[in-house]
Amino acid sequence: MHARLRDAKRAPHIGETMDAIRALIIDDSSVMRKIVERSLRQAGVELSKVSEAGNGAEALAVLGKESVDLILCDINMPVMDGLEFVKQLPTVDGAKGVPVVMITTEGSENHVVQALSAGARGYIRKPFTPEQVKEHVLPVIGKKS
Amino acid sequence: MSTDTSLVVRSHEENWLPVLELAIEEVFEIMVGQRVKPAPNADAQPPGGFTAMVGIAGALCGILTISCDKVTAREIARHMLGPEIADSEEQISDALGEICNIIAGNFKNKLSSASQSCMLSVPTVIKGEEYSYRSLADGEVLDTVMLFGESTLSVCLQLHS
Repeated sequence: MHARLRDAKRAPHIGETMDAIRALIIDDSSVMRKIVERSLRQAGVELSKVSEAGNGAEALAVLGKESVDLILCDINMPVMDGLEFVKQLPTVDGAKGVPVVMITTEGSENHVVQALSAGARGYIRKPFTPEQVKEHVLPVIGKKS
Repeated sequence: MSTDTSLVVRSHEENWLPVLELAIEEVFEIMVGQRVKPAPNADAQPPGGFTAMVGIAGALCGILTISCDKVTAREIARHMLGPEIADSEEQISDALGEICNIIAGNFKNKLSSASQSCMLSVPTVIKGEEYSYRSLADGEVLDTVMLFGESTLSVCLQLHS
């Protein structure tokens, strides 16, 4: 994990910014990618760079070229779904250990268990509020929600 | 694939329409930032122009569709994305498809037995009014018209028996 994130010890106060992070947002809907990015910012996550991918295979290609600190990933996607992406993530040089939070309409306990077993660190069900993003994302990037 | 028909029977017995309408209301309030409510006089179907559909397979099997005119679809996208980036037809289609997808997921998540054993397809969006389709979903039909500001949108869930 990025050293800045590993060493973070407390949540930012209002008006205080946290270290900026690089995020990768994976969803086959470009609208949802924009909404996830906006929700992250509303949750108080400062983003230095946001990369996007339309499915798991595109995301693996992105990660082959650039490093990120956080990945937010849908499950139901064409070509390669989110669960398969999470399973393959450790095979990408430099991507092992990057926290993945699933954001998906699939709300069953079975899907949650599958995602967490595959290596996801968090799970957010759509529809979601910025507060829910904050609650699930900040802990995995080393911040208190 | 075998289908648990007891769920469809239950939809008739338990009247799932209020559950579907609640799922729609929650999704619009959270993801669009706008309140919708069932139209008091739902006889008149709103004009089409944009129709999003998501298939449901598993214990609950069928298809969920949302139809509205182009102005309403653009308004939904504008509220989701902001006025400056919700102008292309591609983004409008994408927004309506995603809303349909989230409503389908929210609805099935409210039915504990369906939530565990249902899958959703990726959304499909049809532009234009001059089309017809025939679904093999031949069971219960949940149909509602929702008020979205001054506009209306039609939501229909056709279940396979």
